[in-house]
Amino acid sequence: MLEIKNLHVKLEEEDKQILKGVNLQVGPGEVHAIMGPNGSGKSTTSYVLSGRDGYEVTEGEVLLDDENILELEPEERAAAGLFLAFQYPVEIPGVSNMTFLRTAVNAQRKARDEEELSATDFLKLVRAKAKSLKIDADMLKRPVNMGFSGGEKKRNEILQMAMLEPKLCILDETDSGLDVDAMKLVSEGVNALRDGKRSFVVITHYQRLLDHIKPDVVHIMYDGRIVKTGGPDLALEVENNGYADILAEVENA
Amino acid sequence: MKRSELKQRKLDATQARVLDVQMPDGASWAKSLREDALSRLLTMGLPAARDEYWRWTRPDTLISAEVPKAATFSADEAPLFSSIDRLKVVFVDGVFDADASDDLSGENLEIMRLSDALATDIHWVRDAYGVQEKKAQVPVERPMATFNTAFATDGIVLRATGKVSRPVSLIYLHQDDSSEAILHHVIRVEEGAEVTVLENGPAAARFNKVMEVDVADGAAFHHVRAQGRDHERRAVTHLFATVGSEATFKSFTMTANGVLTRNEAFIDIIGDDSVAHIAGAAMGDGDFHHDDTVFITHDAERCESRQVFKKVLRNGAKGVFQGKILVKEGAQKTDGYQISQGLLLDDDSQFLAKPELEIYADDVACSHGSTVGAIDEEALFYLRSRGVTTPEATDLLVIAFLAEAIEEIESPEIVEDVLHRFEGWLQRRRS
Repeated sequence: MLEIKNLHVKLEEEDKQILKGVNLQVGPGEVHAIMGPNGSGKSTTSYVLSGRDGYEVTEGEVLLDDENILELEPEERAAAGLFLAFQYPVEIPGVSNMTFLRTAVNAQRKARDEEELSATDFLKLVRAKAKSLKIDADMLKRPVNMGFSGGEKKRNEILQMAMLEPKLCILDETDSGLDVDAMKLVSEGVNALRDGKRSFVVITHYQRLLDHIKPDVVHIMYDGRIVKTGGPDLALEVENNGYADILAEVENA
Repeated sequence: MKRSELKQRKLDATQARVLDVQMPDGASWAKSLREDALSRLLTMGLPAARDEYWRWTRPDTLISAEVPKAATFSADEAPLFSSIDRLKVVFVDGVFDADASDDLSGENLEIMRLSDALATDIHWVRDAYGVQEKKAQVPVERPMATFNTAFATDGIVLRATGKVSRPVSLIYLHQDDSSEAILHHVIRVEEGAEVTVLENGPAAARFNKVMEVDVADGAAFHHVRAQGRDHERRAVTHLFATVGSEATFKSFTMTANGVLTRNEAFIDIIGDDSVAHIAGAAMGDGDFHHDDTVFITHDAERCESRQVFKKVLRNGAKGVFQGKILVKEGAQKTDGYQISQGLLLDDDSQFLAKPELEIYADDVACSHGSTVGAIDEEALFYLRSRGVTTPEATDLLVIAFLAEAIEEIESPEIVEDVLHRFEGWLQRRRS
């Protein structure tokens, strides 16, 4: 599904290397967690995968179903099945959430030569999906993310994910700013999308999200590389002992 | 050059300009109102580039003896408001077209041509023609409106005596590439009455229009206009309004195209507990030049005013906003809001703004803001990351930028129609 090979990335504006050879393979239906201290390159990885400006790939490639996506525009990556749930969802005054969702769904359908959803079909679909995320009609009518609480923003990200049905979902610190109830709601939304084929990369600082979204594989990122890979136990180890032990072990190796 | 010499030069130019302009016939009372306007004009002079409120908009092509040519444009889509049940009043190059117009009558409505009204003696028109225009010359002179009072060839006079069911739709067709239209409308909305006036079309190669609106106590006036697609046209318009107590005044203007548009509004709120909103959404390309000059005076208590002006500019287009809220002594509990924003789609375009507040009451809430900026890159990326293509995402954000102004239109049907026009405009320019 996703294959990141020896990815090197620097900031476009300054001579600062952020990713220094990331390797990662995510198979169909798998859930991978990437953990790591601040500044290790987790969010940069998610931005580079989604095609955000400001980064320069100096080496390596990223394959999504064997296609190198680094040459694609962000919208083409989305149409190819990649979805990034933002750490800080963007507010868009003047565009209703509903318009935003319909435009996105239909743009992707168009890109894949599928017929656009009729207004009625779309409405039915969005109402059903919104309901399970406890997103009410008012939140759908309001401008995108405007005046949403932290939890509402994250739920709105998951709603978009549910509507767009991507192949690969990247969740960038989706747990940040969430209380326990909101985290549960978001996790249920994510778990509902697990169908054995769809893959997930979950970026997080904390183990607690992984109590709800159970990963198959856990990676530790540090200084622009994945320095350790293990099973779900690795996340528990981080939770109990912090990163210090793991990093010391890596540096001594 | 000395100030006095400049002024003299201006007056000489004005004298020369009006020499060949024919003053239309009319009853003697109308004639004397026009003569009064002309003498006021000869004292103040036509606008010049050095005038404080003309620094950003060159007046020369608006006052030249020769009308700059403007090619006519035939659109492939039905004009705005086509689907609305309305009373149509058609002017072609500024000349009333009776055949194309509906019968000038309606329930709770008195309406006739200005040229007819000024030839007879209609009491209320006699007390209204040019009256607000004259009053609005202080503190800033508006000589183009005075010129209009002196020389307007036609227009409508309209009196609403109750709720008027069908909107009155003024349609300005443009057929002659060097035509000049000078129209003057006088509107009175009587106590408790309500009327909607729609205006659309380019009108002429050069268009000078004045609308004087008197909104009586408890009355409501709604106004939506679209300024025509003929790009080379020039227009200078004035909207004068007096708003009584517990009355509502709402005006929205859409402009997409036009090498020169100057829209002035002068709104005087004289009755307590009333509401006055004026909004504009403009989109311009290339040598588009669009100027909103707005002056709202609060002279009563507990009134609300809003000025919402948004301009989208690309490819070297220029937008101007000069807006003022004046709160007079004793106009307590005034709620005034003014926002002017320019969205520049490239580095060549320009938005110039002069927001002003002048407050003489001590218990008021007034806010004003003016911004100029580009498309929000964060929002653009967010949309693209969801699969929306760059052109589509850009258009969506442009329309979103205009939303606050467009939302000032009350009718959802007209909102849809206006949005559709702007979307079409953007789509035609997608690269």
